[in-house]
Amino acid sequence: MAITERPPMALPSGEGERDFQPLGVFRRPTAHTGWRSWITTIDHKKIGIMYGVAALVFFLVGGFEALLIRTQLARPDGTLLSADAYNQVFTMHGITMIFLVVMPMANAFANYLLPLQIGARDVAFPRLNAFGLWCFLAGGIFLNTSWLFGGGADGGWFAYAPNTGVAFSPGHGMDFYALGLLITGIASTTGAINLTVTIINMRAPGMTLMRMPVFTWMTFVVQLLLVFALPVITVALFLLMFQRLFDANFFDVSAGADPLLWEHLFWIFGHPEVYILILPAFGIVSEVIPVFSRKPIFGYPFMVFSGIAIGFMGWGVWAHHMFASGIGPLSVTAFSLSTMFIAVPTGVKILNWMATMYGGRLRFTTAMLFAIALVGMFTIGGLSGVTHAVAPSDTQQTDTYYIVAHFHYVLFGGAIMGLFAGMYFWWPKVFGHQLSEGLGKWHFWLNLIGFNLTFGPMHILGLQGMSRRIYTYEEGYGFDFWNLVATIGAFTIAVSMLVFIANIAISKRRAADAAPVGPDPWDARSLEWMVSSPPPEHNFDELPVVTRLDEYWHRKYAEGDDHKVRRVASAEDVMDPGERTDVHLPSPSYWPFVVALGLPLVGYGLIFSLWWAVLGGLAVAGGIYGWAFEPADDDENPPHDHHDDDHGDDDSGAAAELPTDTADGDDEAEPIEGEQAAEEAPVG
Amino acid sequence: MADATTETGAGEDQPGMGVAHAVGEAVHAEVGGEHHTSTGLSNEKLGMWVFLGSDCLLFGGLISTYLLYRHRSIGGPGPTDVFDIPFTSVSSFVLLMSSLTMVLALSALLRGDIRRNRIWLLTTALLGATFIAGQVFEFTAFKREGLGYTTNLFSSSFYTLTGFHGVHVTLGILMLLSLFVMSLRGNLPRERAETVEIIGLYWHFVDIVWIIIFTVVYLIP
Amino acid sequence: MSVTTEQESHAEEAAAEVERLEHEHPRDFLYVQIAVILAVLTAAEVATYNQDVSDALGDFQIPSLLLLMCIKFALVIMFFMHLRFDHRLFSWIFVGGLVLAVGVYIATLLTFQYWT
Repeated sequence: MAITERPPMALPSGEGERDFQPLGVFRRPTAHTGWRSWITTIDHKKIGIMYGVAALVFFLVGGFEALLIRTQLARPDGTLLSADAYNQVFTMHGITMIFLVVMPMANAFANYLLPLQIGARDVAFPRLNAFGLWCFLAGGIFLNTSWLFGGGADGGWFAYAPNTGVAFSPGHGMDFYALGLLITGIASTTGAINLTVTIINMRAPGMTLMRMPVFTWMTFVVQLLLVFALPVITVALFLLMFQRLFDANFFDVSAGADPLLWEHLFWIFGHPEVYILILPAFGIVSEVIPVFSRKPIFGYPFMVFSGIAIGFMGWGVWAHHMFASGIGPLSVTAFSLSTMFIAVPTGVKILNWMATMYGGRLRFTTAMLFAIALVGMFTIGGLSGVTHAVAPSDTQQTDTYYIVAHFHYVLFGGAIMGLFAGMYFWWPKVFGHQLSEGLGKWHFWLNLIGFNLTFGPMHILGLQGMSRRIYTYEEGYGFDFWNLVATIGAFTIAVSMLVFIANIAISKRRAADAAPVGPDPWDARSLEWMVSSPPPEHNFDELPVVTRLDEYWHRKYAEGDDHKVRRVASAEDVMDPGERTDVHLPSPSYWPFVVALGLPLVGYGLIFSLWWAVLGGLAVAGGIYGWAFEPADDDENPPHDHHDDDHGDDDSGAAAELPTDTADGDDEAEPIEGEQAAEEAPVG
Repeated sequence: MADATTETGAGEDQPGMGVAHAVGEAVHAEVGGEHHTSTGLSNEKLGMWVFLGSDCLLFGGLISTYLLYRHRSIGGPGPTDVFDIPFTSVSSFVLLMSSLTMVLALSALLRGDIRRNRIWLLTTALLGATFIAGQVFEFTAFKREGLGYTTNLFSSSFYTLTGFHGVHVTLGILMLLSLFVMSLRGNLPRERAETVEIIGLYWHFVDIVWIIIFTVVYLIP
Repeated sequence: MSVTTEQESHAEEAAAEVERLEHEHPRDFLYVQIAVILAVLTAAEVATYNQDVSDALGDFQIPSLLLLMCIKFALVIMFFMHLRFDHRLFSWIFVGGLVLAVGVYIATLLTFQYWT
């Protein structure tokens, strides 16, 4: 057995000897600063920030598309957009907001916070995590290049076939749709597997499942939903792609196909998808409200189980999107009943949030305002949702603006507002300075008022009979007034977004002069507040031992003999110092970036010329091999946290590397002088 | 090919671990595998099972599409016109046996029998390749009989379903061959048995999907 | 802890894990037995292709084919994929996906009145 002469391959944990250069083509990246460090990073925190930046940029894109829609519809017989252009704009608006804004923004929070909240150093598969980011970015950009190649997707975000077949959607738009969503779907699937394993397997000692923060729990449910729902739309998209590119017959009615097949496959994904969109916001709000009510979340087990219930029940209601599609009275009845039931666990959450606030000492910070707004706005959206569950009334409502009102109330009033709450809440943790509360309040009120002005009237318009997806309407239908109001509301939202962007910029500038934010500016409850702001690269010096729910809170406060809760330690006392320099971390890698870059090439190839697909395929295959044979850790140049090089918050790691906004989310970091530049000198 | 995780505390956190045990919480501190995890299970293996669970939804969708469409074609050959059950039975048998050789490969490696492991890995890959060759032969025969990809509903859904399965098998063959080459270079010792186990899980899954396809597509009239 | 001591303890842990795996895995002979059973079941399935056999089975042909399929499926899952002897979490995850798939797709086919 010749094996005994050679030392064994490095153990997967990375320790062990290695006497060969994997592939020997490129050196292992070593950068810890500069743009290369962002491209090759596998640090969940940097990845989270990049997801967030990209999502915000796409939010502006989708918002611009929304303004185009509202401008077109402000007056009857609008002339800004032709019917064809309008179809593209509203389709891309929906796709962008759902797949390129809400999902990645939620992922930004999940990526950044999850390891911190469960007391881990990173996620289970750091390189896979990086791949997910680049893959998402590749898919999102690919999808939007459709505008340059003849027009955006134009079949609605739900892409009903055969309308989206070549006969009725002859341009390339729907090809970009199918391929773009397949690419972003890969990103979400790998991310979901990653976070599922992370939550199950990488919790700190003592962190049982029922001691995890509610945000972690909701994220867990979301990842399981993603893992099981994404394959279904993958099938649908492949069928559509094969139909369009290779003349398959799946949705060709003249060949005997059934259009309902698309609808079923799409909505079996599509309904769990809406819970994927809202549960992270629910999780965020479940963190924010207790902190600013100075009370623990009311009914923690119920919050957890209702989230799980929503996850389960969400699989049984999909055909309520198809009540008017001719599925027959038996199916309609069954799905109508199941849909009514799913309101229950959500109602439990609403009540628990309100009960948390009741009797609490409320602090109306901007984060809290957005969180309370979610509770209110989502309730409104949920109530209109209940009216949809009643199939006969839905038959009148469906395909009208009443539905548009419903889903914007739950998605904007719910998900987006929840995400804003999260941004204001966790901004100091991530960036080391707070967003301005004054500007934040302006942002909030303009946003809330604008939002209600935009979507409130749509309930009325819908019931008055205004159809969805029409590029204009004539005078004399009585739609004029409320459409104008809605447009004014939309521009109010736009102003609020300008305020938000100004807030980001101004707060960053002010941070240079302000006192450094400590670990725990809000006096919060979960483990991420136990580390410095921003956290060191290795997260914790010592992984915390968890003995109860809200472990961090209970290290600061204790109940005395008189049953009064008293402060027993300051945040600084309890804080994990974050000073260790010998923590073994996995090495950066560029392979995830390479593999992700190959995927859109395959996409372009399938649409235009197969040679690109071959090239892309080679990049993907080569990248995967490079990745597989690259050890997780580089022993010749073991990475360790460069935290000791940071001095104060002027050039503390993340703040100094804060990327300037570029259109595609690729970040140029400002170069750091002095010691860190010396650190970058290549090791021999 | 395992994607390692960061240290979660086994190496550095002796004091922390000690306290955890003293506190006596229900931490599954079974120190099996290369790194400590909350359940004692390997991250990579858990990840593969999650992936396989999701793949059920993928193949379920393709199978349902096939079931819906197979008798709804307008014109063109149908299943009974083209299927050669004896031939496909042999293919199915080949794939089933490849599952046996796969598990024998793992068993050999666990015993430390690197050579046997290598032989069984190669055999599994070859059996898989035989299966694919059989598929290719079968499809070209169908094509000659007038069943192209775009011929009718049955053909599109049949080729898509079996095509997806075939791609899964091919990727599996590539992984097995990679393991074989690694073993030749001495990079697949007993300590890396888990890698073989995880790729084995993928391979067996591909086999059980075929078990379903063979019955549902070919045998059930 | 020094790097070498860490290495040693990791090597020990890995060796212990391999020991544990080896003792838990059934012997090769069992695998061959299972393979033989699978082959026999497959032969039985294929036998239904024969006209006489399928006539004899009548209405029971499809259920018996499905039953044979399920048995083969279960054998490979439980023994070759080791699910029977592994941590229950793996079973929960995989069976969860499987049940979800079967449920959702059967419901879909039902709405197509597939079986009427």
